[in-house]
Parts: sequence; C-alpha cells; structure tokens
Amino acid sequence: MAYSDKVLDHYTNPRNVGSMDKSSPQVGTGLVGAPECGDVMKLQIKVNPETQVIEDAKFKTFGCGSAIASSSLATEWVKGKTVDEALSIKNTDIVRELALPPVKIHCSVLAEDAIRAAIGDWKKKNANVPEQTAAD
Amino acid sequence: MSTNGNNGKAQGIKLPIYMDNHATTPCDPRVVQEMLPYFTEKFGNAASRNHQFGWEAEAAVEKAREQVAKLIGATPKEIVFTSGATESDNLAIKGVAEMYKEKGNHVITAVTEHKAVLDTCKRLEKYGYRVTYLPVQENGLINLDDLKRAIDDKTILVTIMFANNEIGVLQPVEEIGKICRERGVLFHTDAVQAVGKVPVDVNKQNIDMASISGHKIYGPKGVGALYVRRRNPRVQLVPIIDGGGHERGMRSGTLNVTGIIGLGKACELCMQELAEETKRLSGLRDRLKDKIFSQLDEVFINGSMEHRLPGNINISFAYVEGESLLMGINDIAVSSGSACTSATLEPSYVLKALGAGDDLAHSSIRFGIGRFNTEAEVDYVAERVIDTVKRLRELSPLYEMAKEGIDLKKVQWAATNE
Repeated sequence: MAYSDKVLDHYTNPRNVGSMDKSSPQVGTGLVGAPECGDVMKLQIKVNPETQVIEDAKFKTFGCGSAIASSSLATEWVKGKTVDEALSIKNTDIVRELALPPVKIHCSVLAEDAIRAAIGDWKKKNANVPEQTAAD
Repeated sequence: MSTNGNNGKAQGIKLPIYMDNHATTPCDPRVVQEMLPYFTEKFGNAASRNHQFGWEAEAAVEKAREQVAKLIGATPKEIVFTSGATESDNLAIKGVAEMYKEKGNHVITAVTEHKAVLDTCKRLEKYGYRVTYLPVQENGLINLDDLKRAIDDKTILVTIMFANNEIGVLQPVEEIGKICRERGVLFHTDAVQAVGKVPVDVNKQNIDMASISGHKIYGPKGVGALYVRRRNPRVQLVPIIDGGGHERGMRSGTLNVTGIIGLGKACELCMQELAEETKRLSGLRDRLKDKIFSQLDEVFINGSMEHRLPGNINISFAYVEGESLLMGINDIAVSSGSACTSATLEPSYVLKALGAGDDLAHSSIRFGIGRFNTEAEVDYVAERVIDTVKRLRELSPLYEMAKEGIDLKKVQWAATNE
C-alpha cells in the first residue's frame, strides 16, 4: 500500500503528541476506539473558558500510520477554533487532506469521533458556561 | 520519528533488507543457472516423444523428480509436479475426497491451516462432506487426543500442516501419521514451510501425501509438487485437471520444464545445506530474539519456541500496532498479523486460534530469516525495531494507561461501528 506524502509526514513528524491533565476543568478528553479493533485514539483539548477557543490540543494513538496521521491532523485543525467551529470538522475533510484510500476511511471517522468526544467531555464539565454570543 | 535508519551502508548492509522468507524467497543464483539453458536452447516439451528436444527436456525433468524425491525420502514415481502448493493442496484433498467417497465423507484438519487447505475444505463442505477443524493449544500444536477422538468410521483423510507459515510451529507429524495408519485413514501434510528446513521423511513420519512449493525454498514461483504414496498404502487420486493424462494421469498439462528444473535444484541445495543452515538460522533467530527481549518489556512470542522452524519468530509488541511498526521500519521487509495489513481487515486467524487476543494479534510481527540474511542485518533489524517500538509507545495511549496501572481488559471502550 502506498502512503500519501502527507500521511508519511504526520507519521514521521507527528504534531502535538502528549497528554494534558485530565482533571483540569479546561481540558476535554476524548478516548475512542478499542484495542481489539486495532485503533484507539485519545484526543485532548484545552479550552479558554471565556472565548471557548481551543488553545491547545494533544493526542496519542494506537493504530496504523493513517490513524496516527488522522489524529495528528485533527489536533492541528482544532487549535484556534471555537468548540462549536471544531464540531464542523468532517471525516471527509480529513480523507481529502491526507488522500486516504477507501480501506483507511474508518481512521478518519475515528478521528472525527475523537474530536467530538473531547468537546463533549469539555461541555459536560462546563455545563454552566454560557453559550458564546454571535459577537465572538 | 525517522522511517529510514542511519548508515545501513556503514555497517555493510544493503537496504532494504528482506526478512520475510515465509512469504517467499529469492531464487538461489545456482537455481537460476540451472534453469537458464532450458528457456532458449533446450526448450523442448517434455512430452514430445519423438525428437531430441523432447528427450532432453524429459531427462532434465526426471532428474528434478529424483532430486525432489530424495529430499523427502520418497521414490521419483511418487512425485507429481504442479503449479505450486495451492494446487497440490487442492489435488490432495479434492482428489482423495472424490476417490474415496464410497468409503466415507469425513475430513479432519486444523484451524491454523493455510487458506489453500481451509478454503478447499470449505468447498468440500458445500459438496456435502463433513469437516472437523481441530483447535490448537496456546503453543500452536494440536492435541493428539483431540485427533484420536475426531476420527470415526467415515473419516477418509486427515490434513495437518507440517510447519505453520505464520508462527513457524512444527506439528507432531510422526505421531499424527502413526495414529492415521492405525485407524486406516490417509494423512496429507502441507509441508511447504518444512521441506528443506527440517528433516522430512515420508516413511519414518508415516506421511501419505505432502505438498511442496518451489518459491519457499529458493526456487522459482509457479511450480510445486505433490508427493503421493504408492505403497503401504497405495494412494489414488481423482485428478482436478483433465487433458492429456500427464504425471501418471494425476495432473494434466504441459510440464513447466524450467520451473521443475528450478524446483529440483532448489531441493538438491536444501539437502546439501540443511544441517549447517539450520544451525546458522536458529543462531541468527535467537540473536534477534535475545536483542529485542533484552531492550523491550511487554513483548511476547506467539507459538512454541521448542517446536519451531529455525528461521522463524513471531513477536507481539504490546501497545504498538503492527502496521505503524512496519511503517517505522520501512527499509525492512517483514509482515504482521494486524488487521490493517490484511486485505480483508481481519486480524490473523492463526494468532486468534492461539487465544492471544485481538489486541496482541494487531501488535504482531513475523520475522522470517533465510539463507541470504546476515548477522549484520539481524543486528540492524533489532536496533530499528527496538527504536521504533520505543517511539511508538510514546505515541500510544494504551502504553500510557498501562504505565498508570490501569487494567486495559477492564476498560469500557467506546468503539465506533465501522
């Protein structure tokens, strides 16, 4: 199987590898996948409570090169977006950016799920934070 | 994280390194030399009875037949040339099933067989035959009591591979053959990975049919053989290919003369080199194993080390997925039991049968050391594997959780439906 240059790049130079403090109220953690499936992604975001902008993101992945690349890309894309903007990231965007073949599309789906899970976790922890206004 | 090692050249190694000798082997140059004249000079059809071109092709084929027979302790008349071991497996299983269908309709095999055997058995089931798939123990070996219990008065064939292609494990063929003899059941073994690597003696080991493949023993692809016993007992087969009655009626079709000569020469070389090569390869394999185990924790060997091919080792690297590991050592050719590396996205069924668990199947790498691998290559491979595993574990949420003391088996995973 030939990998696209972008997948190879993310694999060789993954962005934002690491962990954040799960217990911090600013941090949202998403853990998706399962070891039996061969794919597990942990994606964490650090959100500014006033602006709801994702200021930092970190990931760790157990999975193939395409899975690693998808989650690395996901951390790049969510940084600088608000949580609601980040929710609009679609797996098809990831497929296009990384030129994933059909057999690897599920890796991008898992990355999209990881983003949503992280945001969902943060929202749960911050249920009393008001929705951002249109002025933001 | 680099995907290419530094200084392969500095260590006198040519990259990429091939260490996947259970998938296929390069032709030994001596095999190629032997084959060459028969492409453009001595190109006759071995079945042309009336001129020199045919006679010299036939003579070369008969010489090859003897070379193959000698390697397994058979007589030349018992060797049928085919297009490869897949065809040999098909011929043995279907040929016996058809010939002995009045006697019975039950076939016994094992869950870890090659697809060429398993899929053929599935075809027999469609035709109304009954097939028993024996389980294997954690070490990869079948339980002989299971076999004894499974044989009944309708059993006509037992087919169990001599050596497994994924985990290199050697089945107790001599005992299996003995049990089959006692019960009057024919015994076929897919001996593809064993021939030329460990001693194979069809008489001592009570084997009635054996499949052989050229490209697994430094011969060419597209040629193989089936050993078919002629005495005590005499095995008869209904052929699966009709058209001219070649190979004593068992396999029609113009003989692949060049391929056959290659196969014969490959067998002769194996016979000459077996003892020394066994020692050298198991030394290299143990060297690789010891280096990896001394530098990494949470690594596991799949299958028995005691009953194993000399050049094979199959290791699971916990918390690291196989395809990402292969990507990290992309100047080295090996293979993995991970689902991501299979065409069907299923993890290795052989590893599953050992009871290892899917997560360890996804983390497995098969190394197949062969005739042309060197100690320098083994050292380089060990270093690159260790390095890549360490880096991937830094990326792995599972390794992180395990280090925190979390029992991964107790976690509720939120897997998506793919």
